[in-house]
Amino acid sequence: MLLTEMKLKENGTAAVPAGRRIVRENRKEKWKKRLLGSADKRGWIGSTVVYLLLIVISFIFVYPVLYMISRSLMSRNDLLDSSAMWIPSSLTLHNYESAILTMDFWNSLLKNVYLAAVSTLAQVIICSAVGYGFARYNFPGKKIWMGVLILAFLLPGQTTALPNYLVFQNLKMIDGTIKPFLITALLGQGFKSTLCILIFYNFHKQTPQSLIEAAEIDGAGHIKAYFQIAIPLATAAIVVVTLFSFVWYWNETYLVRNYLGYGSTRATGLTTLMLELNAFEDSYANAYSTWASSVTSTDRINDAVRMAGTVLAIAPLMIFYFVLQRQFVESVDRAGITGE
Amino acid sequence: MSKKVKNIHDKKHLTRRTLREWGWGYVFIAPWIVGVCIFFLYAMIQSLQFAFHRVELSGGVILHPLENGIFENFVKVFTTDVNFPTTLANFGIGLVLQLPVIIAFSLIIALLLNSKIRCRGLFRLIFFLPVIIATGPVMNQMTAQGVASVPMVSQNAMLGMLEGLPQFIYEPINNLFSSLILILWNSGIQILIFLAGLQKVPRAMYEAATIDGASGWETFWKITLPSVKSLILLNSIYTVVTLATGGSNEIIELIYSATYTATQGYSYAMAMSWIYTAVVAVILVIVFLLLKEKSDRKVVYEQKRVDMKGV
Repeated sequence: MLLTEMKLKENGTAAVPAGRRIVRENRKEKWKKRLLGSADKRGWIGSTVVYLLLIVISFIFVYPVLYMISRSLMSRNDLLDSSAMWIPSSLTLHNYESAILTMDFWNSLLKNVYLAAVSTLAQVIICSAVGYGFARYNFPGKKIWMGVLILAFLLPGQTTALPNYLVFQNLKMIDGTIKPFLITALLGQGFKSTLCILIFYNFHKQTPQSLIEAAEIDGAGHIKAYFQIAIPLATAAIVVVTLFSFVWYWNETYLVRNYLGYGSTRATGLTTLMLELNAFEDSYANAYSTWASSVTSTDRINDAVRMAGTVLAIAPLMIFYFVLQRQFVESVDRAGITGE
Repeated sequence: MSKKVKNIHDKKHLTRRTLREWGWGYVFIAPWIVGVCIFFLYAMIQSLQFAFHRVELSGGVILHPLENGIFENFVKVFTTDVNFPTTLANFGIGLVLQLPVIIAFSLIIALLLNSKIRCRGLFRLIFFLPVIIATGPVMNQMTAQGVASVPMVSQNAMLGMLEGLPQFIYEPINNLFSSLILILWNSGIQILIFLAGLQKVPRAMYEAATIDGASGWETFWKITLPSVKSLILLNSIYTVVTLATGGSNEIIELIYSATYTATQGYSYAMAMSWIYTAVVAVILVIVFLLLKEKSDRKVVYEQKRVDMKGV
């Protein structure tokens, strides 16, 4: 209705009697319109401003990453040479070689993927079920439990981290294995599990109850209704929670350090690339002292090696992100995080 | 519809069907209830006990009552620790300064992305990238390299003007400028949430406004902003929570190191984390009270949403 009204109005103004002056003015108008834009279309000036802003801000956003990559490819001489601010005079992969050795990259990568993938799987399965339980059923005490859920989401985890560590220590499970991660994830207490449950809760709430009730009337049990109706309808939420859980598990350092134990090293147990990056300086010093006889003193740690380590630590996730970018970005609004 | 059916059941008596519903509800959330009792509720109680006792570690954990009043640990945090009070104050002020920057920035980016532009996908890709890679160790490396700030000359000039301010205000503002990129890096999710919200505002509303002669400026204040107001609250809370739990947070590092320091120990660390929790909770409450929608407005908004769904 609004559209037709608008068209009427437009026609009304266009139908003003014409004259020679109006032709000239029309031409002027046309250029003015092109430059400044009209109500429904942006002009050239407006577009330029928007694109310029976007490009400048995009550059600011990727600047640190570009800087890291460019630094990591520099040789020692380039680092000291202020004229080679951005483009290395000669590309060297030497920094990457030392960083790979320092972090024990391939080994750590494998362990990291294993840890993140298994925990994510457990987290998705449990959070979906819990979210469904909250969304689909009414039961006494539901409000209280929801309150606890939201409290757990809002409060920073530092108060509970230590007691949780002690629980696992008493169970003798802080031994550099996946056990603490798996147990917390299976009990809906993994990294950001609460947020995952809330996402699933929001999503399952959107599935029409009548659909599930119809299925139940047709003889499907509660479990069957969940797996055959709710789950297929919640694909978008499953995608978003899986992707983000993986990223969260990958990026977490504080709790990972707690659960793997203070003394855990990559020789005896699991590790993550972020932990390796955290300990980069020390690892490098250790590695350096063992190589010392075979390398020259120019191999002492420098910014380029550190940056190579950082790039290596974020590279797997970057690739993961670029491959699945559509799922990442679009799933966020499809999963109804926007408070629908 | 389903609600009506349930109400009828409630009125009669507890039928076997409702009882079964309750049971199944608990079956689905059972794992979480077990988890939350052990790892959240019990953990909270235990950490409170730690904070109000002296913890001795010999095989197991032994709690001793405190000699100098029950708040001894808390007092110690503020009187003997050099770092913690200043770090906490910096964190609080920093958070209050960063929050509007992040919210305004992500709203502007979302508005830009929502207008008719080419390569929207590419820009979205770039703005979302930090969500994936911004982690504690990476941020620390970047700060160490000095790439966290926007390289600009005016920064020094601006800070020069602020030099006269007292230290505790100057410090957070200085931090804000010197790690501006990192702060903006925290706005990936917020941009997407705003963008999704903006896309749901019906075009007809804008069309109607332009016909009535509203300028772009007026449209923004009268239509766009009210439509995303609930999202501003959501985003603010999300921002506070992520900043407070994020890995590049100095306080978390302090708590972690205190836990394993012989002179400080568990009870001291727990007192610290409870103070920290209280500060975060207060900030959350303030944010919520400032940004929550007034009830009458909310009714209008809900009505609007219903209308939108009807369209």
